Amino acid sequence: MKTKVQNILLVGVGGQGILLASEVLSEVLMLSGHDVKKAEVHGMAQRGGSVVSHVRYGEKVYSPIIPEGEADILFGFELLESYRYLPLLKKEGQVVASDLQIVPPGVALGKESYPEDIPAKIKAAFPRSRIVNAMALAQQAGNMRTVNTVLLGALSNLMDIPEGAWNQAMHNRVPAKFLEENLKAFALGRQA
Amino acid sequence: MDKTILSGNEAFARGAFEAGVKVASAYPGTPSTEILENIAHHYPSIDSSWAPNEKVSLEVAIGASFGGARALCTMKHVGVNVAADPLFTLSYTGVRGGLVLIVADDPELHSSQNEQDSRHYARFAKVPMFEPSDSEEARAFTRLAFEASEQFDTPVMVRSTTRISHSKSIVYPQAPVEGLPAPSLARDPAKLVMLPGNARKRHYFVEERLAKMAEWSCAQAFNRIEKGKGDVGVITAGVAYQYAKEVLPEAHVLKIGLVHPLPKQLIRDFAARCKTLYVIEELDPFIEEQVRAMGIAVHGKDQLPICGELTPGRVAAGLLKKEIPQGHTPSETLPQRPPNMCPGCPHRGVFYQLNRLKAYVTGDIGCYTLGFMPPLSAMDTCVCMGASIGNATGISKVLPPEDQKKVVAVIGDSTFLHTGINGLIDMVYNGSTATVIILDNSTTGMTGRQDHPGTGYSLKGDPSYQVDLEALCRSVGVKHVYTIDPYGLEETRELIKREMERPETSVIITRRACMLHKRDLIQRKPPLFVDADKCTACKACLKLGCPAIKWNPSAGTKGQAEIDKLICVGCEVCMQVCKFGAFGVCDEN
Ligand code: SF4
Ligand code: SF4
Repeated sequence: MKTKVQNILLVGVGGQGILLASEVLSEVLMLSGHDVKKAEVHGMAQRGGSVVSHVRYGEKVYSPIIPEGEADILFGFELLESYRYLPLLKKEGQVVASDLQIVPPGVALGKESYPEDIPAKIKAAFPRSRIVNAMALAQQAGNMRTVNTVLLGALSNLMDIPEGAWNQAMHNRVPAKFLEENLKAFALGRQA
Repeated sequence: MDKTILSGNEAFARGAFEAGVKVASAYPGTPSTEILENIAHHYPSIDSSWAPNEKVSLEVAIGASFGGARALCTMKHVGVNVAADPLFTLSYTGVRGGLVLIVADDPELHSSQNEQDSRHYARFAKVPMFEPSDSEEARAFTRLAFEASEQFDTPVMVRSTTRISHSKSIVYPQAPVEGLPAPSLARDPAKLVMLPGNARKRHYFVEERLAKMAEWSCAQAFNRIEKGKGDVGVITAGVAYQYAKEVLPEAHVLKIGLVHPLPKQLIRDFAARCKTLYVIEELDPFIEEQVRAMGIAVHGKDQLPICGELTPGRVAAGLLKKEIPQGHTPSETLPQRPPNMCPGCPHRGVFYQLNRLKAYVTGDIGCYTLGFMPPLSAMDTCVCMGASIGNATGISKVLPPEDQKKVVAVIGDSTFLHTGINGLIDMVYNGSTATVIILDNSTTGMTGRQDHPGTGYSLKGDPSYQVDLEALCRSVGVKHVYTIDPYGLEETRELIKREMERPETSVIITRRACMLHKRDLIQRKPPLFVDADKCTACKACLKLGCPAIKWNPSAGTKGQAEIDKLICVGCEVCMQVCKFGAFGVCDEN
C-alpha cells in the first residue's frame, strides 16, 4: 500500500524566519527518502503580514499546496496565526506552536483586540496539541534567534525521522557559524 | 549532482545554465525575481543584469540572440505589457541564438495589481509557450525551450505561476550542453530588419511555424497521456495538473507541456476515448475555448473559477460538488494582519504629511503602495508601474485650479527609472503643475532589495555608474528639484506644501535608504521609549502606523502608547509627532 501523503502547515508572521525552518524541514524529508513539495508566497506578505508555508511529503506528492482541511500538523510560530489557520487542520490533527504573540496593526492601534486564551482554545479543539515556550528555550540555547530551531525540535517528536537526519539537514542548511547553537536549540526543543 | 530540492525559480535558473545561456536580463517582479538572482549567484558564466524595465531587458536578450548566443529574459505577467512591443516583432524576426522569455503569472494576486493570463500573449504574439507543472519540469522545459527556439527559429515563452515559482520540489540536475556555436556577427537584413516589405514575408513564416509546431508537439514527450480508469478525461497543464491528479486520481489525463500552439490531433485522439471531458486550467479558459472550437464538448469554467488560484479544494468543489472542508473554526472575528511598511521606513513620514496636507495622491507600484493602508491612508490611485506621474498630469488637466494644487504623484526611485521618467518628460513638456515626489530609498524595496541604475551597483554587486536623479530631472526641464531627508518631518511637510502651491512642475526627492537595504546604509540607533508620565493618551503617534508602536489600553487611566524595543530602529519620527515630548531615547547598551 502506498504511504499516505503527510501535510505540515507552517504559519506565522513575515520576518519570523519561517522560510528557513521550512527549508530545513523539506531537506530532512528529502534526505529521508520522501518525495517532498513545499509552497509559499513571497512579496508583500514579508512586510509583517501573515505567512504560510505548506510542506507535503510521502511516496508521491502532487499538489504543492495542502488540500483544504487536510493538514496533519499545524506548525505555528505565532499564537494568533496558529489560531487563524485552524480551519485547515484535519479533525484528528495537532498543533505544535510557539506561545509568542505579535500584535497586528489593528490591535496596536487599539481598534481590535488580540484573542484571549488561545492555547486553551487550541487544546480544547485539538487535544493532542502542544504550545511551547520556545523563546525561553532559545535563550537557554544561547541565542534568541534559534527560536525556530527549538520549534523544529518540538515538531520532530511527532515525525518518524531519525535525529541524525535532522542534524544532517541542519548541517546542509544552517550557516556554519550558527550551527552549534542551533543543534543545541534543536535538542532542547526535542526534550521540551 | 544526484537530486536536490529547488524552487521553480531556482530550477528555471538551473535550466538556463544547462542550456548554455550566455546573457540573462530582467527587471525584478514577484514572483519572477529569484530567477535572475539565482543565475547571478550560482552561474557566473552567464552575463546577468537588471534592466531598468522589461522592454529593455527583452531588447538586450534579443541583441544577444541576434549575435548568436542563447539569451534569457524573465519578468512577471504585467511586465509583458511593457515588453509587448519588441515581443510581437521578435516573433517575426525569429532568433539566431535561442531566446526564451520566462513569464510568471500571479493567480490570486498575492503581490500584483491584476490577474492577467500570459498565455494570451503567447497566442497574440504567435509565440510558442511551455508550461511546467513542478520544479523538475521548470528545469527541463527551460532547456527544451532553447532547443525549440533554435529548431523553429522563434522566441519561446515559458509560463510560470506563483505556485511553480515559489514552491519547491525535487530536481535532477543534468550536465550543461556542450558544443554550442560561438557568437558571431552575421548580417541578415531580410530576417532582422522588419520593414513592411520584409515583415510581410515573415508573417507567412510565422503562421507556418505555428502549424508545424502544433504537429510536432503531438509526438513530443512533454505532452503525455496518463492512462486511468473509467471514461472521465482531463486536459490540463501547469500546476493545475497537480490539482487534477489530487482530486481525480482515477481519471485519464492529457497533460499538456506546450500550451501554445496546442497539440490539436493529440487532443482529438484523447477526447475520442473519454465520455466526460474536463479542462482544468488556472485563470482563463485558454485551452478550453480552443478545444470547444474544435467541436469537442468539455466542462471547465462552467464549474471552475476564472478568478483566483485553483486549489485542490476549489477543483473538488467545482467538479465533484464537494464542500470545501473546514476544520475547527474560531468563533470570534480575528484581527487581520495586513503587510505594513517596516519600522523606520523612510516613506512613512512622507505619507503621514501627505495625509495631513489632504493631497490627492496618484500612487505607483512599490513598497510605498502600502501608504494606501490605514492609518496613513494617503494614496488615491494606483494603476501600473510608472503610471503615477502621467495620472497626475491627466487629472490636473481637468481640475479647477484650486484642486490642481492638491495633486501629488509619488513614485519610487526604481519605478521612476523603470517608466516614470517618460511621464516626467511629458509633464514638463506639456506644462503640468502637479508635484512629483520621488521616494528614493536607494533600492527596489518591494521585490526584495534589488539594485537598479540609480543605486550605483549591478545585479552582481559590482560598482557601476549611479544615475544622478536631480540632474536627470533638471535635464528634462524640471526647474524646481529639491532633495530632502524624509526623517525631518516638519521640513518635509513645509517643502511639500510649498511645492504643491507652485503653479509649475516640481520634483521633490525624499532620500533615505530602505530599512532593509543590502549595503549597510542604515545606522542602527538605540530604540525609543514612551515616558508614562508624559503620555497624554492623545494617540497622535499611532497615526504613523509604525509596527513598533503599540497601544496598551490597560496602562495608566486612559491607556498609553508603548514601543516594542525589539523592532524599533530609533528613527525618531514618532518623537517629532508627539506634542508632549513623551518619547525618549533608551540608554545604549
Ligand atoms: S522594505 Fe524598505 S521601502 Fe519597503 S517598507 Fe521596508 S523600509 Fe520601507
Ligand atoms: S523611532 Fe518611533 S517611528 Fe521610528 S521605528 Fe521606533 S517607534 Fe517606529
